[in-house]
Amino acid sequence: MAEKEIIIDARDIYKRFYIGQPNELEILHGISLKVYKGEFVAIVGASGSGKSTLMNIIGVLDKPTEGVYSLDGVDIMAARDAELSDIRNQKIGFVFQTYNLISRTSALKNVELPMLYAGIDKKTREERAKELMAMVGMEGRMHHTPDELSGGQKQRVAIARAMANDPAILLCDEPTGALDTKTGRMVMDIFHKLNEEQGKTIVFITHSPELAEECQRVLTLSDGQFIGEREGAGCAAV
Amino acid sequence: MLLFENIILALNGLRANKMRSLLTMLGIIIGIASVIAINTVGNSMTTSIEDSMSSMGATNVTLGVSQKSSSTETSSSGMTFNFGPHRTEMTDDDYLTDSMLDDLEEKWPDDIEGIEKTESVGTGIVEDGDAYANVSITGVNDTAFTNEDLTILSGRIFTDRDYEEGKKVALVSDYFCNNLYNGDTSDVIGQQITVTYNNKFYHYTVVGVYEYDADSNYSSSSEYEVATSLYLPLQTAFDSEHEDPQYSSVTLVTSTSTDVDNFMDEIEDYVNGRYYRNNDNFEVSCSSMSTMLESMTSMLSTISIAISIIAGISLLVGGIGVMNIMLVSIQERTREIGTRKALGARNASIRTQFIVESMVLCLVGGLIGVILGIVIGAVAAHQMGYDASPSTGGIIFAITFSMAIGIFFGYYPANKAAKMNPIDALRYE
Repeated sequence: MAEKEIIIDARDIYKRFYIGQPNELEILHGISLKVYKGEFVAIVGASGSGKSTLMNIIGVLDKPTEGVYSLDGVDIMAARDAELSDIRNQKIGFVFQTYNLISRTSALKNVELPMLYAGIDKKTREERAKELMAMVGMEGRMHHTPDELSGGQKQRVAIARAMANDPAILLCDEPTGALDTKTGRMVMDIFHKLNEEQGKTIVFITHSPELAEECQRVLTLSDGQFIGEREGAGCAAV
Repeated sequence: MLLFENIILALNGLRANKMRSLLTMLGIIIGIASVIAINTVGNSMTTSIEDSMSSMGATNVTLGVSQKSSSTETSSSGMTFNFGPHRTEMTDDDYLTDSMLDDLEEKWPDDIEGIEKTESVGTGIVEDGDAYANVSITGVNDTAFTNEDLTILSGRIFTDRDYEEGKKVALVSDYFCNNLYNGDTSDVIGQQITVTYNNKFYHYTVVGVYEYDADSNYSSSSEYEVATSLYLPLQTAFDSEHEDPQYSSVTLVTSTSTDVDNFMDEIEDYVNGRYYRNNDNFEVSCSSMSTMLESMTSMLSTISIAISIIAGISLLVGGIGVMNIMLVSIQERTREIGTRKALGARNASIRTQFIVESMVLCLVGGLIGVILGIVIGAVAAHQMGYDASPSTGGIIFAITFSMAIGIFFGYYPANKAAKMNPIDALRYE
């Protein structure tokens, strides 16, 4: 196999809270993770396993207490606050369980938002946002506000928004957690499509072993450590 | 680019929470409206007075006899009183006389073009059967009559001989003719009229009719009842009262080349030094339209300061209200802030967003305040009889100031939003 480009390179990540206090707490105990370009990786774990903490670190919302982390060749440990903002803007596309769309603004404006922070001009923003909306099959509801959309529709808008700046990874935190099986299936299909057709690197965090099974590689997190790594069914499909 | 988006966003937010926004803006609206209202009234007043000053002549100096301030009694507490029983009545020796005024005209022949002398005798009545007309009997000299700037409808004005010999002639108004002569202004010429004043009868021959200017003589009476001036030559007026000519005040018409302020000082010093040196109770003082304007402006600015302080307090309270509502708004939108940060908003972008929002809130409040203030000020100015003219400077200041309030009171909440931890903000329920 040819040398694959590494997108996420995390080594010996520790995360501790309340440092120096009697209730000091270590959540992650030296985790190492490599994700290659074009991979669809699932991280599975029960609640309390350190999933959220790991996701925050991968998503550059938080820095590890100890360890080495570089994302798409950028050293996160050395980055300052404003740089972390730019990294989130340029390299990461978040998809949340609760959608987190900005209310009172249209779906289209929501998709434009990351491009607005990237300083892209209005015309380009609009064009790109319309393309993305069409890609997730939401071209008919561009000017609706989030209140006027169903859960599945909201999540599709959120995916379009995550793709806005063509990020290095899509970071999905239980994206189907709030959806019924049918719409959840539809959302999963979009991820598969993005992975297969556009070669998008996806890190998929879930507590559901069945959904994880669809991905190419499944990492199981328990009590702040990876306890297993196996190939998923998604690998065979490719 | 981002600024424009932020403004749109802020306006959308305002629209979505109309009631809350309005209540928040109330302090700003009241504060700005009161400043603009008083400003408009003040500006209207000064503009109107300046206008009338140029038409009435800025060169007129009023020379009047007034009570000496040193003659007022000083109480043990050190406060001075200048009213009520302490006031001294003027005696014949205290008035200005013709000889004094002649002296002034001789001493400043270049500066004094004329001296307006008038004598208000009182209000009398002219009756003819059931019909009657109220008249205000006024003696005038030629300078005073000319300065009244009257339109003569028929007949003639007084001649030099009328003035000199104190002839029993009179000018009446067209209103007078309406009441007693069916509006015919030529019939009355040459007629002898009988004026009843103070239970005595006075007979005058009408020589002319002037047009009464209802606009410049404000009166609450009906057109029939209004007492229009019945002009007499000055000497005739004094003769009717069996008095020697004397005045409590006269108007000096100065030449346009005269330095009025300087001239007023000179006249005061001269008259006080020469005629009132030994007068224990009275002295003369000069005033002109410009000194009147100055005292009015200073009075107005005192009121302005008082209202500005109240407005300032209102703006402060309004500003705190804005800060309060911004803090609430930020609390409510914690998740939104977290999301924006996850999407790559820098702290500065978040800060700008909320400062712009508070600025827009204050600016809209300020604009409503300005409009409200202009309306209130214009109505008030109109009631006081002035043409409303809002001051541009005041409006620009008010708008800038309300924006400044927005920035000042919006900074703390905006900074709080900017410094939120994105993880906590995203998890906020």
